Parts: sequence; C-alpha cells; structure tokens
Amino acid sequence: MNKKIGKITLANLGRDNPVFVQVLGICSTLAVTNVLKNTVVMSIGLVFVTGLSNVTVSVLRKQIPTRIRMMVSTLIIASYVILVDIVLKAYLPDVSRQLGPYVGLIITNCIIMGRAEAFALNNKPLLSFADGISSGIGYSYVLLIIAFFRELMGSGTIWGVTVLGSWWVKWSIMVMAPGAFFMLAVFIWLVKGVIIKDAEVAK
Amino acid sequence: MNEGIGVFGIFFAAVFTSNILLTMYLGMCSFLAVSRHVKTAFGLGSAVIFVMTATSAINWLVYNYLLKPFDLDYLMYIVFIIVIAAFVQIVEMIIERVSETLYTALGIFLPLITVNCAILGVSLFMIIRNYTFSQSVSFGLGSGVGWMIAIVAMAGIRERLANARIPKGLEGAGISLIIAGIMSMAFMGFTGMLGLG
Repeated sequence: MNKKIGKITLANLGRDNPVFVQVLGICSTLAVTNVLKNTVVMSIGLVFVTGLSNVTVSVLRKQIPTRIRMMVSTLIIASYVILVDIVLKAYLPDVSRQLGPYVGLIITNCIIMGRAEAFALNNKPLLSFADGISSGIGYSYVLLIIAFFRELMGSGTIWGVTVLGSWWVKWSIMVMAPGAFFMLAVFIWLVKGVIIKDAEVAK
Repeated sequence: MNEGIGVFGIFFAAVFTSNILLTMYLGMCSFLAVSRHVKTAFGLGSAVIFVMTATSAINWLVYNYLLKPFDLDYLMYIVFIIVIAAFVQIVEMIIERVSETLYTALGIFLPLITVNCAILGVSLFMIIRNYTFSQSVSFGLGSGVGWMIAIVAMAGIRERLANARIPKGLEGAGISLIIAGIMSMAFMGFTGMLGLG
C-alpha cells in the first residue's frame, strides 16, 4: 500500500505531471502566475481542493450512479471551492480581490475533474487522497516556477521585494498575457527535452 | 461601474481588447485540444457562443432575483455550475430530437462545454463587474465570439503547421502555446481602443 502511494506520488510530480505532460488546467496556470504571492495562495487552495474532493468522490464512488457522476463530482468540487473562497475572503481579502474569479474557476480546473474521473472513481479513499494531493503539488510547483520567473523578469521583484535594481530593464511583457504563454511553452520545451533524452538513454 | 461604455462597447471590448482566451486565459483546455482542424474548431466555437450567451443571461437572472434577495451569494459557484450543466444537457437533448445534422455538428462538443472554464468565467466576471442585464448578455455574446475567433485562427495556423518541422520538445502543446502567445500580442494591439475593468 505504502509503496503504491509513493509510486503514484512520484508519477504525479514527474512523468505524469498534470501541467507539462497532460497539459491540463493551464487556464489558471497562466492567469495567476504574474505575482508569486497570488500563486502560492492559489496553489494551497488547489491542493486542498484536489485532495479532499478526491477522497470524497472515492468514498462515495459506490453510491454515485454512473450516468450523473460528472455532475456529482462537480458539486463536490464546488463545495470545497466555496470553502476556499470564504476562507480567502475572510483572511486574505487583498489576495482574494486580485485573484477575482480565478478562485471560483478552480471548479472547472480540468485537473481536479480529471483526477476524480480517472482515479478516485476506481480507487480506495487513502490512495485517492495521495493521488489528489500529489497531482495538486505537481501542478503547484510548476506554477511556482513560472510565477517566480515572471515576477522576477516582469517587475524585478520576488514576493514584492525588489531584487533586481534599477539597472534591470523590466520586461513588462512577462507580466502581461503573452508572457505567460511564452513562459509555459519554454518550460514545457525544456522539460520535454529532458524527458525525451531520458527515454532515449533508457532504450 | 461600467456605465461609461454601453452595450456595444462591452461587446467589442469582449471580442478584441479583453479577449477571454488570449487575455484572461479562460477555456485553454479545449482550446488546445480541439484546435487541430478549422471545421471542428468552428463547430465548438459556435456551440460556445450559444451556451455562453444563454447561460450569462440565465445566471444573471438567477443571481439577481434568487441569490441576492436571500443573501445566498456564497452559493454562487454551485448554482452557476448547475445552471450551466443543466442548460447544456437540455440543449443537447433538444437538438438531438430536432435536427440530426445540427446534432452531429454541435452535439459532440456540448459535454465538453460544461467544463470549459470560459463559460463559468464569463458568469463570474459579470457578477464581479456589476453588469446590468443587457450588458451581461452582450458580454457573454462578445466573449463567445472572441473565443471562436481565437480558436478558429489557431486551428488555421495549426493546419498549416502540420507539415512544418518543429523542434521535438515543442511538438503539440509547446508550439500551440507559442502561437497563442503571438496571437495574444497581436490582440494586445487593440488595447487602448476600449477597455474593460
């Protein structure tokens, strides 16, 4: 059992990573990554939702009629997202305002739905929990890396603290929409390059 | 909040300056998955326009006449997603009965739409920005049209790219993202004409 959990976790962090291998849920990858702080908050919310919704779906998996399973899992996910939203509004109102609708959009984040569909419906709660958390983390660290570079290059700051002095010409395009696309593309390119090389060596 | 720009202003802003896909990043999943051929992209695009306009109208009514009076704002997400899912289901059933051709053209895309973040996103944006009813409908329609323009253009480019030699790591998602980035830069040229908050 423990071995299995470890295996799933590793796969979700690397080989089956939701963002750069399966290219899922990138709407919010792109939208919230212009500032590191927002990204961290978003990631925590996302890990929470994937983990718990996976467990819930898995616990209920024998009770859910197959025809309406999508609907049921969406509702489960939506309830957890509401929790996240309320907590954010209460404790981090600034961040909540900046994230705006993107917190709500966790509901339609394909990763969560995908994990619930592909994994939680066929596996035991504990395994599903591990799967949910690890794909959440696999998603988050990609987000964090991208956010780090976007904030650094786009505004010369990290976590709001100026790192690069006045000599740095800000690449303002990095904090705007196109920067997000380019950054993610480059990231996927690098990662795929490494993976492809690994696969060739393995042969 | 947005009383300055009228219904038409919102429509054009939603199509060009604040394109839902290229500046708000919504609906990326299906954007990348269904943009291989112009024809399917067109089909999905028209389904999205229809669903987006209708659900933004329904959600506006539900929010302002059901949720707000009873202080149930926090249920917004759940209610919106149910409305969208139910609407998609009903439309699917209706066109299955009514028109075989329309069903083969649009039907297969409908289930995909429920989980398209753009649809829910439009409803959430319209609540956050305090739009009136007519503004919401034009925002929904405009976003739908903008989304379709983006996906059809993308599919056109990708059809051409099918024969091109691309670095190995960039194949598939990578190159699509770069194209999206370039398109997004092009759309940025419209900024300054009109703005949405």
